[in-house]
Amino acid sequence: MLEVKALDVVIDAKPILENVDLQVADGEIVAVLGPSGSGKSTLLRAIAGLVEPATGEIEWDGVSIVNVPPHRRNFGLMFQGYALFPHMTVAENVGFGLKMAGNDDTTSQVEEALAAVGLQGFEPRQVDSLSGGEQQRVALARTLAPNPRLVMLDEPLGALDRNLRQQLVTDTRQLLEERDVTALVVTHDREEAVALSNRLALMRGGTIVQTGTLEHLLAEPVDEWVATFIS
Amino acid sequence: MDRRVDRGDGGLTRKIRWGWIAAAAPPALFIGYFFAYPLIRILTLGLSELSIGASGLEARLLRVGWFTLWQATVSTILTFLAAAPLTWAVSSYRFPGRRLAMALATVPFVLPTVVVGTAFVALGWTESIAAILAAHVFFNVAVVVRTVSTLWSRIDPRIHEAARVLGASEWVVFRKVTLPLLRPAIAAAASIVFLFTFTSFGVVLILGGFQYATLEVEIYRQAVTLFDLPLAAALAVVQLVGVTGALYWYSRYQERTAVAWTLERGTNLKHPRGRARLAVLAATLGTLVILAVPVSVLVSRSLSGNYYQALFVDDPVVGTPISSIANSLLFAMVATVLATIIGIMAATVITGRSGQLSRWFDLTLMLPLGTSAVTIGFGFIVALDWPVDIRASIWLVPIAHALVAIPFVVRSTVPTLRSVPPETRQAAAILGASPFRVWREIDLPIVSRAALVGAAFAFVISLGEFGATSFIARPSSTTMPTMIFRLLSRPGEVSFGMAMALSVVLAVVTLGVVLAIDRARFGELGSF
Repeated sequence: MLEVKALDVVIDAKPILENVDLQVADGEIVAVLGPSGSGKSTLLRAIAGLVEPATGEIEWDGVSIVNVPPHRRNFGLMFQGYALFPHMTVAENVGFGLKMAGNDDTTSQVEEALAAVGLQGFEPRQVDSLSGGEQQRVALARTLAPNPRLVMLDEPLGALDRNLRQQLVTDTRQLLEERDVTALVVTHDREEAVALSNRLALMRGGTIVQTGTLEHLLAEPVDEWVATFIS
Repeated sequence: MDRRVDRGDGGLTRKIRWGWIAAAAPPALFIGYFFAYPLIRILTLGLSELSIGASGLEARLLRVGWFTLWQATVSTILTFLAAAPLTWAVSSYRFPGRRLAMALATVPFVLPTVVVGTAFVALGWTESIAAILAAHVFFNVAVVVRTVSTLWSRIDPRIHEAARVLGASEWVVFRKVTLPLLRPAIAAAASIVFLFTFTSFGVVLILGGFQYATLEVEIYRQAVTLFDLPLAAALAVVQLVGVTGALYWYSRYQERTAVAWTLERGTNLKHPRGRARLAVLAATLGTLVILAVPVSVLVSRSLSGNYYQALFVDDPVVGTPISSIANSLLFAMVATVLATIIGIMAATVITGRSGQLSRWFDLTLMLPLGTSAVTIGFGFIVALDWPVDIRASIWLVPIAHALVAIPFVVRSTVPTLRSVPPETRQAAAILGASPFRVWREIDLPIVSRAALVGAAFAFVISLGEFGATSFIARPSSTTMPTMIFRLLSRPGEVSFGMAMALSVVLAVVTLGVVLAIDRARFGELGSF
């Protein structure tokens, strides 16, 4: 279980996150929903260990991970824009995390991960020859392949066109549930947030304003802004 | 709050710092001892000479300094003018022989300066300013063509089309859109050509006679011929001031314009039609024919006697000229390995940290390029008697060559490393790669392609290096360029014929290496 407690992040003397509290239970998929610039990506980066918190606590199963460097956290993060390794094939990209974990032969696991996202036989392809949708799925396979204890997706469908998004929202949700992963999804799109998650966390101006299911938020919005934003 | 103090020098932060130090130390030590320390010795010597202010010193410095400055400026301008037609043709159009034309135009640039000097002597152009300027243009045209066309041919054609649709004529598009977009490449090419010509040594030494001397040539004359080390050091100080200024400006400019361009991956060129076909043909053939003249005269004159056979004859004064080939190849290999390893480490340091410190590191590494080979060689004989006297070691030759080549390795790898978005490294870290693993799996493979180009540069530079070698080469470590110069300095038709013959041999060896490397590159990285 992930617990973020009273987290503050300051970048270049500007407060980006203020007093953020968030919990993600095992097997739960939480969507952080908010307008752009509200600090969603920074929250993911702080949890991943790429950004250092000013104050506050990030815990996994009750143990602080603030001092653990990113490569030892065993988390997965799918970047906005995917950040695929340009000098590697699809198979090398997907197998990277497995290789870092000490697996010498990753062939069968890579095959499996690619099959899960519907990209059988894509192993030898160069990543720059892929379409946007294919890149998204390679990035997803790369994130999921090493079985991280927490999967974070940063605007997972942000760069894709509308038709493709609807299809991939369903696929992604199914994939996350099949594997029973604990996940944190960041998006500015309400539909996407609802379709991908069990629970929403509304973010605005660097803090989490309210959390709960869509029904709960609709029924009992804490303020005017939540009511308008969510409906 | 306790934890915060704890983390200040714990875990992540400390690891990164140690890695940085480990990568920074070897280049810092190498450059510190073989470059910075000799430079300090030169500065001390030169500044005390300047403060004594011997009579006529000021006028002499001014005269040599002024000549150096204006010939470099004029050479740079002339090079741009000469390169413009071919640059335009290869940047705007796809045509049969385009790649061949680029390759042929690059031949003069990879030729050692001693060979270029010999070729212009063969043309009969000695002791004239025209010969110096022409040789500089001949040598540097490729710098402009390649640097500018790389960027120009990859500017997204839609930018051009958008401007046209908005009502701009071709000329206005060129002036208001293309030219500003090309500014980084033009600035880069101009800085390189300026520095090359400002620090030009071999060409001026051979073609300038007694009448024309750049700072470099004057340093050599004072130090080696007249053995006036303090005056040579004073000249080196003047040289350094000019070069440091130019480099600082260049470094500042580069940082300001380090924008991620939206470039096309491949080139997206059209075929020329109508009048454009004629223009492309004229630009390409015209440039190539002019560039071919000195080379063909050199080759044909070298064949006009039994000069090649004479290279195998043992000479009481210079030894067997042909044996210098073995020395040159050995030194080139050692220098390449040294320059590549140190260059990659330095590039990693420069791109790993932003800010003042890495800019200074960058600038320090660029200095050998600007201070020029002559200062490096001069520094060796002035300073390397401490802590032990190693001035007689033949290994100083490849070390000097590596120093000259390191900036090229750094320059060819830094842009590639900078082009890797931080997310790529972060993604690797999150997938479990430690900082060292990130470097090995991400930075190293990406940079090694670019480093291959840098290594090729290093090898070719070493083969043709003359400025530093002329100070430190011993009879047992004579390289091809120093041998050619010794032959040129001796009177007599046969000696000059042998100099031409050995120049052709050196040119062939150099071009052979370049071709081999080029071929290997195309096989492996066709997309580059």
